[in-house]
Amino acid sequence: MLTRLQKQARQDTMLLNMGPSHPAMHGTIRIMLELDGERILNSEVEVGYLHRGFEKTCEHRTYFSLLPYTDRLNYVSPLINNLGYVMTVEKMLGVEVPERAQYIRVLMSELSRISDHLTCLAAMAMECGAFTAFLYKMKAREFLWDVIEQTTGARMTTSYIRIGGVRADLHPGFDTALKKAVEETRLVLKDVHGLLDKNIIFLNRTRDVAVMSQEEAVSFGWTGPCLRSTGVSYDVRKAQPYLVYDRLNWEVPLGERGDNFDRYMVRMKEMEQSLRIIEQAAVRIPKSSRAFIAEGMAPARAIQESRRQRVRKDIALSPNLEGSEEARYPDILASDKGFVVPPKEETYTTIEGLINHFKFFMRGHGLRPPKGDVYFAVEGGNGELGFYIVSDGTDRPYRLHLRGPCFHIVSALEQLIRGRYVADVIPTFGSMNMIGGELDR
Amino acid sequence: MIEEKKKRPPAGQFITTQFNSLLGWARKFSLFHYPFVTACCGMEYMSAACAHFDIDRFGAGWTRFSPRQSDMLLVVGTITHKEAPVLRTVYDQMTEPKWVIAFGTCAVSGGIYDNYAVVQGIDQIIPVDVYIPGCPPRPETVLDGLLKLQEKIQHQDQDWRWKKRRY
Amino acid sequence: MEEKTILERIRNQFPAGVKETSTSLGDEVVVIDREALLPVAAFLRDRPGEFTMLLDLTCVDYPGEEPRFEMVYHLFSVSRNRRLRIKTRLGESDLRIASLTSLWKNANWLEREVYDLFGVCFEGHPDLRRLFMYDGFEGHPLRKDYPLRRRQPLIRLKE
Repeated sequence: MLTRLQKQARQDTMLLNMGPSHPAMHGTIRIMLELDGERILNSEVEVGYLHRGFEKTCEHRTYFSLLPYTDRLNYVSPLINNLGYVMTVEKMLGVEVPERAQYIRVLMSELSRISDHLTCLAAMAMECGAFTAFLYKMKAREFLWDVIEQTTGARMTTSYIRIGGVRADLHPGFDTALKKAVEETRLVLKDVHGLLDKNIIFLNRTRDVAVMSQEEAVSFGWTGPCLRSTGVSYDVRKAQPYLVYDRLNWEVPLGERGDNFDRYMVRMKEMEQSLRIIEQAAVRIPKSSRAFIAEGMAPARAIQESRRQRVRKDIALSPNLEGSEEARYPDILASDKGFVVPPKEETYTTIEGLINHFKFFMRGHGLRPPKGDVYFAVEGGNGELGFYIVSDGTDRPYRLHLRGPCFHIVSALEQLIRGRYVADVIPTFGSMNMIGGELDR
Repeated sequence: MIEEKKKRPPAGQFITTQFNSLLGWARKFSLFHYPFVTACCGMEYMSAACAHFDIDRFGAGWTRFSPRQSDMLLVVGTITHKEAPVLRTVYDQMTEPKWVIAFGTCAVSGGIYDNYAVVQGIDQIIPVDVYIPGCPPRPETVLDGLLKLQEKIQHQDQDWRWKKRRY
Repeated sequence: MEEKTILERIRNQFPAGVKETSTSLGDEVVVIDREALLPVAAFLRDRPGEFTMLLDLTCVDYPGEEPRFEMVYHLFSVSRNRRLRIKTRLGESDLRIASLTSLWKNANWLEREVYDLFGVCFEGHPDLRRLFMYDGFEGHPLRKDYPLRRRQPLIRLKE
């Protein structure tokens, strides 16, 4: 089966296939090039090698249980995908999230965003030959993931941000760990600035390569750092503020020329702004209402005691549930009972709690938004990450569609590399930050 | 099977078994892997390969981006039906001896994706030596899987007589 | 208010094509006829400072209803910071609609995706072929009557 490029190619040109499995650590995409020597005359991009049927699978899962699927969309910044989906459902339901949970969400989002930009630029630098920058950035990313892991339990695919709030409160040692992570990230950014910003080789490969104008970028539907590198100032966090972004002091960095170097610089500056947001949020976060949770008794003993008297609710939960005790619920989850998982103390000790828990998870019951459709967007690592959900009143979404930002960015790749050299494909593609899970869903 | 191999062999085969062990030792500590990275597990692969959880200290640090030059195929991430012929081609292009690690639950069994687009486990396409579950597996799990593969390599019949070990 | 005037302006300009306009949960929605799509979209894009970005383009399948498919377009105006949703219905027997590739460049891939997953044909599209699924895949997976687990493997699988 011939591709479009093979059908259209001239007789004396060479066809080169940068196949679905290639060293650029971005996932699987196939770029076919028609070359005259080293100059690219025409190209064709083939996607779909990671199409995992996300949208169709979500039609068969309840609103709560499809949360892990959203983690795996933009897998370098999973908490932002969680956030986008959850805020769309909350918009449909009209749920109000407590303030501490909003600050926690902002913190986690910005940590994810920094690790997204770190990974993107690390891969881009490595493919241009700057292997040191890759290793330094991976080191910084480890510190950030340590912080995320202490609170959420997982390094990457966390499913932490839930409908109504977050799953658990912040870890007790969070402030120190966060400070260390921020410090290390700042050191790494300073090092990488020194390595790459004025490096003549890096500049030659990225300056004035794959330039995109403002009108074209908007016409292609570009959003996020790639759009801001052309000079258009559009950031969903500033344009349609959500959570507590409007209360924090930060700026939106812009580029000028829209070339690869500007995309790199915008991402580096955005990381500094994200660090600013994190520091402010960590200071301004409202204190949790219960500083110390008293030691509980073992559940078996509580059941024994309940034979003699009214059951006691202060039981000791397993370490997996640390942070989501009932006393913490007012801080981290909305007060509306229909949308959040009931606290485990209730579930384990009272029959009403058990029934509530059962009905929350049972097929056909549980979270049922009203009929209608809704679109909500958050600022993902690549741009405007939008979720469009059509609900028919049951506990499963009738249609869930993801507006993935890198889909639109990669659709411009064919135009960007036309007329350039083969070697320009690599930094161009790297600066676009294509994430397979978001592109192909 | 590995326990049987550790028992004393008949005396006449002493030299060949020692040579077998020597070859096994050499092969297990110089694995050149081909990372067939598709999805989210790639991030944990990058973590396992970088400075924090160094994979290089086990000898498997060198990434060879050509199937002809590598001897371990590290299938990282979900394999869809569109990608399956590509995986088969890459596996067929690799030269003997070769080993395959299925990294992540999507490669092991299709993971959380049971639908029209995803292959339910790469052992439907190519033979697998070590399965590393996890979504994504922690880097420590990856290193544990690598150590298991190294143990398997040490104790298997090395095909130094140029006969094919697999189908 | 700004929102009312945009919806009103659309209604005044295309009295025949626009079926209804509404605001639900803060989103402005316009439901139009299929034939009115290209003129309405051009009207929304070309006026100064209006909807220069096509955010998204997708389709929803309602198998019990007639017309069966509903196309949903999300437009965004960078200068005015406004979003707008356009919906239109298509029947199964005549699954064609005008393509927006002449107005916005990302409509190219978005329409290919909808063609691949739902089977909607876009008239005027320069290169309408499958995007995600491979050649030889029969059917359109995101339709409600395509079973979730019907696989069409490309190579022979064991077990």
